Amino acid sequence: MKHTLAFLAAALITVAPPVLADNTLDVVAQFEIQSAEPSTSGYIFTRMGVAETLINADPKGLLTPSLATEWAASEDGLTWAITVREGVEFHDGHAMTAEAVANALEIARAKPGPLSKTPVTGIAAEDGAVVMTLAEPFAALPAYLAHYSAQILAPAAYGADGTGVEIIGTGPYKVTNLAPPLSLKAEAFEGYWGRAPHVPNVSYAAVSRVETRALMAESGEADFVFGLDPASVARLGMSEAVTVHSVAIPRTLLMKVNASHPALSEPEARQALSLAIDREGIAKAVLRYPEGATQLFPPSVGKWHDETLEPLAYDPDTAKTLLADLGWTEGSDGIMTRDGERFAVTLTTYPDRPELPLVASVLEQQFRAIGVELTINTTNSSEISSGHQDGSLDLGLIARNFGLIPNPVGTVLSDYAPTGDWGAMGWENDEIVELARAVGRGDGGDAERARIAEILQTELPIIPIAWYRQTLAVASGVEGTVIDPWERTFGLQDLKLAQ
Amino acid sequence: MNTLITRGIQALMVAVLIGAATFAMMRALPGDAAYRIAAGRYGYDNVDTAAADAVREELGLGGPALPAFLTWLGDLLRLDFGTSLVTGQPVIEEIGHQLGASMALAGVAVLLSLILGPPLGILAGLRPGGVLDRVLLVVSTGLKAVPQFLMALILILILSVQFRLLPAAGHGEARHFILPSLALALGLAAVNARIARDAMARIGAMPFYSFAQWKGLSPRQTLLRHGLRNVSVPLLTYLGLQFVTLVEGVVVVEAVFGWPGIGHALVHAIFSRDVPMVQGTALCLGLSFVLVNAIIDLVTQRIDPRRAA
Repeated sequence: MKHTLAFLAAALITVAPPVLADNTLDVVAQFEIQSAEPSTSGYIFTRMGVAETLINADPKGLLTPSLATEWAASEDGLTWAITVREGVEFHDGHAMTAEAVANALEIARAKPGPLSKTPVTGIAAEDGAVVMTLAEPFAALPAYLAHYSAQILAPAAYGADGTGVEIIGTGPYKVTNLAPPLSLKAEAFEGYWGRAPHVPNVSYAAVSRVETRALMAESGEADFVFGLDPASVARLGMSEAVTVHSVAIPRTLLMKVNASHPALSEPEARQALSLAIDREGIAKAVLRYPEGATQLFPPSVGKWHDETLEPLAYDPDTAKTLLADLGWTEGSDGIMTRDGERFAVTLTTYPDRPELPLVASVLEQQFRAIGVELTINTTNSSEISSGHQDGSLDLGLIARNFGLIPNPVGTVLSDYAPTGDWGAMGWENDEIVELARAVGRGDGGDAERARIAEILQTELPIIPIAWYRQTLAVASGVEGTVIDPWERTFGLQDLKLAQ
Repeated sequence: MNTLITRGIQALMVAVLIGAATFAMMRALPGDAAYRIAAGRYGYDNVDTAAADAVREELGLGGPALPAFLTWLGDLLRLDFGTSLVTGQPVIEEIGHQLGASMALAGVAVLLSLILGPPLGILAGLRPGGVLDRVLLVVSTGLKAVPQFLMALILILILSVQFRLLPAAGHGEARHFILPSLALALGLAAVNARIARDAMARIGAMPFYSFAQWKGLSPRQTLLRHGLRNVSVPLLTYLGLQFVTLVEGVVVVEAVFGWPGIGHALVHAIFSRDVPMVQGTALCLGLSFVLVNAIIDLVTQRIDPRRAA
């Protein structure tokens, strides 16, 4: 019996693989692969280094050449010429021509996504360049070409109706096996135009439970683990098998406010709600971040973050005074009332990001302290968008990404010029619309951006709460990890194994 | 033969009922389906009214309910399950892929539970009140009381993180089966063992069992000839009921271990209002209940000494 057990144990130990034994770097994250369709799962293909975009962004958001070598707008700003890199080969062996690029962009533009929201009216291929014609000048266009949905796949990658059927990209890695919804395997592509990757094989696995992802990192089953919760980060920080990286990203946890709601229409009422929020406490206790948000734009969005702006404060007493000045009086149950109406609102949020419902329950207590009754509704993320559309939303707790394209003006235009599903609601400000359009056209600079930030800070059509950080656990022995704050790439081609 | 006909009619009724029920439930859920599907397709960063409108137009959502249901029923009769609204793949292909993965996992779990539970239960039942019986009562109650979610995490913590013997999660190789199937099997075995123990104790106390020993059979011969067959009848019947627990467990365990199975698919399909996927998976699960119970009926009829006589 003893011998059998010893034998079994020995057998099991020999099965357990050491890190990268099969020369494969295993990536684990929460995102499931829908299908070979770039508009829905494209971000996984670009992050894994399988597909590429015309233009890249460095950590500061500066645009750099990728499949395009240069780009320039005409004098009147109505045509953009994008020179396509020569000598690039698709994974199926065909050369990447300007025609193939124009085809991929046309298909992307016809589907829901950032490119469809630009004033582009036509895309054509001309002597090794792609020429895009616009209805009005739009300086931010190159940043839209850095979005994952604008990735360049070979013509054979699309079906007759434009649906993605196979991933035939140009990246340093080539797909060897795609098994939606949970896995993707890829190997180094020999014909890659850029620097060859160091790690020969990579794999991607979608694991939806955060506990499991953390345990996979701890046990060495995965080498590169994304999307960790605060508790796991604390524990993995003590483990010698992994290194935990954390970087600020251009994403803000904020509360969307329906400014046409009777109780929320005055800016002072929104300021009162903002003053009731203990951002420092939420950041440290719930999110385990060093600090809370002091304004909408995090420092990681560069020029949009304004150091001189007076920070958002925590002051429940002033909040109560503001409400009293607006005519609210405390009822017998401690909830404010005005003209027989109680200050009772519903906060809608979604569990896709596990910290959102937690923050919502803290807000419930902090609002009660100033006499505001909050009901939490945790549901599907699309309820924010449909509630915005039919006006049924009171408050929404959301995580808004300013780096959807590596230029925050994209998000600013879609959220605040004048309103947006994930931005302002029932609040219109002509000045901000003008300013944002000017920045989008390319006529606006620091002064315009600072004024936008200032208007948002005083009017509070949305109430910022915290700035996100991206966390990542990487196996010890893997070197060269860089977290891309724009969430565009895992940087696998630059990873090296320590000798 | 009669059993088979009855079961066949049952299967047909189950199919229609499940189809109608899932259809009605999916229609009755609050929220706009076009938005939910858009969220499932494009993720929360990209879901907006424009995306929802594009989905609505593409799928022709929002038509009256009855024609949509009749179309679905007609398609079903031609064995056409339609295509997933989120991924655009044929439902039958997705289910085939996922059902296979789930069946393999469930099969291994049941096998493992049968190896672990009943032998211990029978040994305990042969000496009711003995040490083994009392220990088994405590252990099986304990195991049954641990939720599968927690059991899975405990197993990962001990076997993967602490001793590094097995992979924490994943799919595709034989060693990936061990932890998820064990997480399922321990709960099943706990109950199996109790059923076997009670049946054995009851049968062991019956006059015919004592008579078999009086006529000169050794305890081992008595058990093999008269005990096992009788114990296996309640055990098998219970196995049919355990199928429900198993399906529940598969949903939880698949999520923890990242297993690409049908439980996982069903949960996601419901979140993103993927009606054809929900109908297809619910139908497959419902029909497999009928199938499992039909097989159990047939087998118990064969082995039950009272009916075989």
